[in-house]
Amino acid sequence: MADRSDLVLDVKNLKTVFFTNSGLFKAVDDLSFTVKRGETLAIVGESGCGKSVTALSLMRLVPDPPGRIVDGSVLLEGTDLLALNETEMRKIRGNRISMIFQEPMTSLNPVIRIGDQIIEAVRLHRNLSSREAKDIAVEMLRLVRIPEPARRAKEYPHQLSGGMRQRAMIAMALACRPALLIADEPTTALDVTIQAQILALILDLQKELGTGLVLITHDLGVVAQAAQRVIVMYAGRKVEEAGVEALFAAPRHPYTRGLMASIPAVPAPGVAAPARLNEIPGTVPSLVRLPKGCAFAPRCPLAVKRCEAEYPPLTDWGGGHLAACWRAADVAEVA
Amino acid sequence: MFAYLVRRLLLMLVTLFGISVVIFFLLRIVPGNIVDILFAAAGYVDPADKVDLEKQLGIDQPLVVQYLHWIGGLLHGDLGYSYVSEKPALQEILPRIPITARLAGLALLFSASIGIPLGVISAVKQGSRIDYALRVVSLSGLSLPSFWLGLLVLTASVAMFGQMPIFNANPRSFGEAFATYCIPAMVVGFRSSALTMRITRSSMLEVLRQDYIRTARAKGASDAAVNYHHALKNAILPVITVIGIEAAFLIGGLIVTETVFNIPGVARFLVEAIRWRDYPIVQNLVMFIAVVVVFANFTVDMLYAVFDPRIRYTD
Repeated sequence: MADRSDLVLDVKNLKTVFFTNSGLFKAVDDLSFTVKRGETLAIVGESGCGKSVTALSLMRLVPDPPGRIVDGSVLLEGTDLLALNETEMRKIRGNRISMIFQEPMTSLNPVIRIGDQIIEAVRLHRNLSSREAKDIAVEMLRLVRIPEPARRAKEYPHQLSGGMRQRAMIAMALACRPALLIADEPTTALDVTIQAQILALILDLQKELGTGLVLITHDLGVVAQAAQRVIVMYAGRKVEEAGVEALFAAPRHPYTRGLMASIPAVPAPGVAAPARLNEIPGTVPSLVRLPKGCAFAPRCPLAVKRCEAEYPPLTDWGGGHLAACWRAADVAEVA
Repeated sequence: MFAYLVRRLLLMLVTLFGISVVIFFLLRIVPGNIVDILFAAAGYVDPADKVDLEKQLGIDQPLVVQYLHWIGGLLHGDLGYSYVSEKPALQEILPRIPITARLAGLALLFSASIGIPLGVISAVKQGSRIDYALRVVSLSGLSLPSFWLGLLVLTASVAMFGQMPIFNANPRSFGEAFATYCIPAMVVGFRSSALTMRITRSSMLEVLRQDYIRTARAKGASDAAVNYHHALKNAILPVITVIGIEAAFLIGGLIVTETVFNIPGVARFLVEAIRWRDYPIVQNLVMFIAVVVVFANFTVDMLYAVFDPRIRYTD
């Protein structure tokens, strides 16, 4: 186990539920993980697996109603965020923990100048004059490599391209030098060429500032490039956790293996591309009516009777490689 | 921008010309003229006198000639003479304008300063008791005719204080000025404040769902900063539109309210002038109201650009 003083984030048994008309569902169920200073942890999974709700739970921004964090603890630099009142939490948000969202086009306020939006973030947490805050804002825009930062600071979001807006979002999120940055699909909405730039920028700044990073994505390419450790989520639960090399070398959960198999490979020269991409059969189960046993069992090629009856516990397969699967031992062989 | 403004002003002139034609001919379609009314009241009709009087007032001439005569005078600043008082129309109209303008301004101020904050509260507390209460009050505001509300206020004031606010052109105290202007203004503005509240509420609900509101919260902004700085700034455009439209509709409410509260403003004067078929007064007064409405619309369009940087008027 890592030295505890090195931990920026320590999440234990987090449980976030939603109360809807069709019933109660656990969007995040019994999730635990840690992030060290300067470390990148990727959370991977399909849409609706609870990745984004996890991020919002860490920020305590889950819309209530219908959502509520009902159990667990979120220790950020030793402080349990779930025990704070709203006023105390506001002092932490944007200051010690901040977040970049998926949609740069809609995540910035369209009627407030870019610079003023960053200045606001700075002045909420630092006792600075508006002049000093403005200098910091321009400096942050320079840091995220926006050309002519002083001029751009006076512009409105619609005057910037998507990539520029995401850079501005990053500048805003990092303006107070947070201990932890959560990036929820930060490159999904961008052009492919811009994606690589933005990801590289986030990783550079993370290294420079020593920030812990929780990177939420469904793109395994991004994971391989950016993360040191990976959590795979399915139907609100963690099904596998491992170092990035271990995970790609030998996934222990059939779901992880399915995800990897569905990455389209570029065929070698002269070889015809396969007519059909690999996929995981079936769809994500409704969270309101989860099966009693393993939620993945109905889609799993390796499923046996036991999978449908009992939920498999997370088991350590050595070196912190955790997997929740009754047949984890057989996955490597089949793959 | 400059070319846009020029085009816009020209368009306003065309609109006003159209309005002047409509007013003029509509007024002539209404049966009877001042001479008919006077002679009917006198009970004695000598056709020769009648023709004589019509000739004197110029209403015996072809309509087109009459129209050109009016517009020509208007362009020279000559509004003609009131048929009833025989004083220059300008002298009759001008002193009444500030009274109505004050009432209308106060009513709009009242509707915005009550309607917008209550709309925000109602949206932020959506589904709560206060939201339901505010929505019920606003619904009653929309359904209560202002003349009836005015009568209720007068009755209540008599019942409670033994007197009612009577218009006084030179109020002696603040209390009197308040009663003179604010009470009728609130009665007229109640409806628009209800409308403003409902529009603010629905516009805010729309905006509060947006991603940038979540971003603002993620920065650590307080509820007040999120609601009033981040959300209201985005939600205000439809509200401005409604207030602009209300500014035009206000004149209708003022006609009855000025009558109920016995206030000598232009709105009540207009109704009297119509009753007497006092063409010079009606034509010029309606023309004046049209100019106000056209400029209110223009102001609203310009305010769009002020509140939303994405809106720019280009050529």
